[in-house]
Amino acid sequence: MAIESEVVVVGGGLAGGFAALAAAREGADVRLLSYKQSTLAQASGLVDVLGYAPDGDGPAADPFETIPVLPDEHPYRTVGVDGVREAMAVFDEVADRYRGAHTDRNALLPTHGGTVKPTARYPASAAAGVASDERDVLLVGFEALVDFDAPHAADHLANAGVPFEVAGATIAFPGDLTADAKVTRYAKLLDEDAPVETATGATRRARAALASAVEPHLDGAERVGLPAVLGDDDPAAVRESLETELDVPVFEVPMGPPSLPGLRLEDDLYAALDAAGVSMETGNPVVDYDGEGRIESVSIDRNGATIPFAADQFVLATGGLVGKGIGSDRERVEEPIFDCHVPHATDRYEWFDADAFGDHAFARFGVPTDGDLRPLDADGDAEFENLRAAGSVLGGYDFAAEKSGSGVSIATGHAAGAAAAEAVR
Amino acid sequence: MSDDRADGGAETDGGADEETEPGPPRVPDGGTASDAASDTTGPMSDTEHTSDFEPMEPNPDENHEPTQVFDEAEDFDLRSGADSCYKCSSCDTSCPVAEVDDDFPGPKFQGPEQWRLTQSDEDYEVDESVTACSNCMRCDDACPSGVPLSQMHNTTRGRFVDEQMSKLSVEYWRNRILANYRTSAFFASKVPRLATAAMNFGPARWVMEKTLGVTSERDFPEFATETFTDWWQARGGAQVQSADKRVAYFHGCYAEYNTPEVAKALVRLFEHFGYQVAVPEQGCSGTPMFANGMLDDARRDAKTNVSSLSALVEEGYDAVCSCTSCSMSLRQEYPELFDFEGTEEVAANTYEAVEYLRIHEDLSGAVAEADVDGDLAEEFAYHAPCHARNQGLDRQAVELFRDLDGVDVEDVGDSCSGISGTYGWKEEKYDYSMEIGEEMFEHMEHAEGQTGMTECPTCAMQMEHGTGYEIRHPLELLEAALVE
Repeated sequence: MAIESEVVVVGGGLAGGFAALAAAREGADVRLLSYKQSTLAQASGLVDVLGYAPDGDGPAADPFETIPVLPDEHPYRTVGVDGVREAMAVFDEVADRYRGAHTDRNALLPTHGGTVKPTARYPASAAAGVASDERDVLLVGFEALVDFDAPHAADHLANAGVPFEVAGATIAFPGDLTADAKVTRYAKLLDEDAPVETATGATRRARAALASAVEPHLDGAERVGLPAVLGDDDPAAVRESLETELDVPVFEVPMGPPSLPGLRLEDDLYAALDAAGVSMETGNPVVDYDGEGRIESVSIDRNGATIPFAADQFVLATGGLVGKGIGSDRERVEEPIFDCHVPHATDRYEWFDADAFGDHAFARFGVPTDGDLRPLDADGDAEFENLRAAGSVLGGYDFAAEKSGSGVSIATGHAAGAAAAEAVR
Repeated sequence: MSDDRADGGAETDGGADEETEPGPPRVPDGGTASDAASDTTGPMSDTEHTSDFEPMEPNPDENHEPTQVFDEAEDFDLRSGADSCYKCSSCDTSCPVAEVDDDFPGPKFQGPEQWRLTQSDEDYEVDESVTACSNCMRCDDACPSGVPLSQMHNTTRGRFVDEQMSKLSVEYWRNRILANYRTSAFFASKVPRLATAAMNFGPARWVMEKTLGVTSERDFPEFATETFTDWWQARGGAQVQSADKRVAYFHGCYAEYNTPEVAKALVRLFEHFGYQVAVPEQGCSGTPMFANGMLDDARRDAKTNVSSLSALVEEGYDAVCSCTSCSMSLRQEYPELFDFEGTEEVAANTYEAVEYLRIHEDLSGAVAEADVDGDLAEEFAYHAPCHARNQGLDRQAVELFRDLDGVDVEDVGDSCSGISGTYGWKEEKYDYSMEIGEEMFEHMEHAEGQTGMTECPTCAMQMEHGTGYEIRHPLELLEAALVE
């Protein structure tokens, strides 16, 4: 006997999460199956819709103006501008710690590498860092946190022509942490405002001690950027303490993995799923399905035991090549659970371009769909009448080049979940 | 890459069949690696191209087949697991110990990195920090690349205890006594009231802390006056017979000696659904032994468990557990660490008890029609044990009881309780244990209920220790709802 639901969503990232949320809010009984904890720990926390047009033009000032001119096979064309707007409205409600919804236009945010990234939404913690702001910036890095080299990032930003003065400084984070302390260790000390030992041997609260270490480098800067480790549970309180001590706005510079802004977004998304009554099961992979033309159930593998989950409608949101929702070997590219058709050249030397930053075919690998987001077979017919796909498992777009990863996941996830719930009724 | 490179060029000495003398690895020209390294004009130098390989061009020989570079994986070979790590550090952010303990370098080091070091150098001494891992196994669930982190930790910790830990040290014996809780509990159960009193006698605890390093901050759990198996025998064993619905109950140590009410609830619940229950011979599941690197002790008990459970699995039984660490151990750690006959079969046929009923019965339907009154008509603050996570069970209780009239079960968040079995019992770990648990304690205080709920016996100890709440098991609630 299988565990039964009305809608089963396979995949627990942004696409799967927003699919499950949309379906549950439409009244369906939804179950989310995720192999592992969400990979949002690897997301910077910046939520983009479209940063660059596919021809590389950009940064795009207004993603919504560019969407209608995208190629037909692009997932945004499937859900349409209205679909993207509807989904982003849900995002704004779920992630109320995010900013950027006041305008259609992209914001420009500094990254930890010192580049400027166009993005539709950004965490409130990063808001004071926007690059269109003309206030002078001090970037401060921590000695042991080598992923953020503040003087280097500051030089890079200055070279990029930002409309403000920017300087960088590296300080020792108070508390004598080990050289390989985890980002969660910094965040925990700041969340708890725990007592730490400063360079002079005195014991002080972590937030005040950090502010004191930053203060000598201010030199007239009108805002201060720090690596995004300023608290996990309550980043607003941490920032507020630092701002009070320093008397200037403080912002976080989004970092590479593991990323606390990504983890905070995960917390907000999963709280919304819980509130919407979504059932969730993580820890084991979906490996197989039962049914022909119509999926009856999917099964997870748990140490050799097969556990089936039956539903009326299914959503595939397992990710792309990195997330392993799309797999490949030397012979072929495949979608491993349902073996959905993934168009690709027979000769694998046509999968990539010789130029590292060239136009790689593999970047667009994924399943093609009909207008209802149902994956299509090689003949252009729906693979299964009750399967929809969302997020990076979809083909036809290059999220890394376009800066559209989050937006496509949210928009197609929302559309697939809502359509699945409608089909149940 | 061609075949001859794969085996280190041994063919220049006369073919792969010939036994090669031990010595430095040979390079294709017949010289040795050390020759090549000392001779900068030799074939291994940077100054001369020795290959036609152009990375950006199709390989000239299109017919060649990729070569197996390494030998076929032997049992328990962790190389492929180590190679799967792409250093995203998701495991480190999931680690509750790294968040509070400045001396703990985190699962990425303890797993793939330290494992690799143990391979590269026979004399490599395992870094002692592996003993600071609490074995919560959250890193397994965090890894997006399928690296078997806890398996690496278990293996490396076992090697450390085996080869580097003094068998005369107090720490070794303290850990061994904690890990072999079943032995202490067995003797204590003979005189349960006296044992409970003696184990919590102040001066005795002071001595235990000073001489053994067992924290005196915690109360030892009470021993039941009648063990589960005594009760089971007294009632004449199974009360329901069935040819096709049969489960073997792995009760573990805690339900046997400390909380037989949980074990009894399981038996009555399964009999209510028409199952024939067997209670096979069993030892400890091994969880506390893995956590302390006592792999020989774990192997001894695992052998007993696999032997009796696999015999029953062959007869058509499935194994069910009431403790999520026991089910974790039988399902995941046994096949990762042992290869007794039947290990895989037992793993594939072991379930957590409530999960089993969800799969095989319409449990949610039954719960939706039921209600609870009396003693257990409560609001519960539920904590999901870390070991429930990798089995996909962390949401099971809250979701199942959503539709149960008369009770309310509130999730107190996804943090670790901090006790991790024996970890929080160690004097030097007690403060870390409480710091990790702080988030759960706070969420419990904020929750409506004044009663706790969890599947894990040691999480229950920690929940009670931090809040003073009484802690119940989901099986007890199910029994109250469904069994008249």
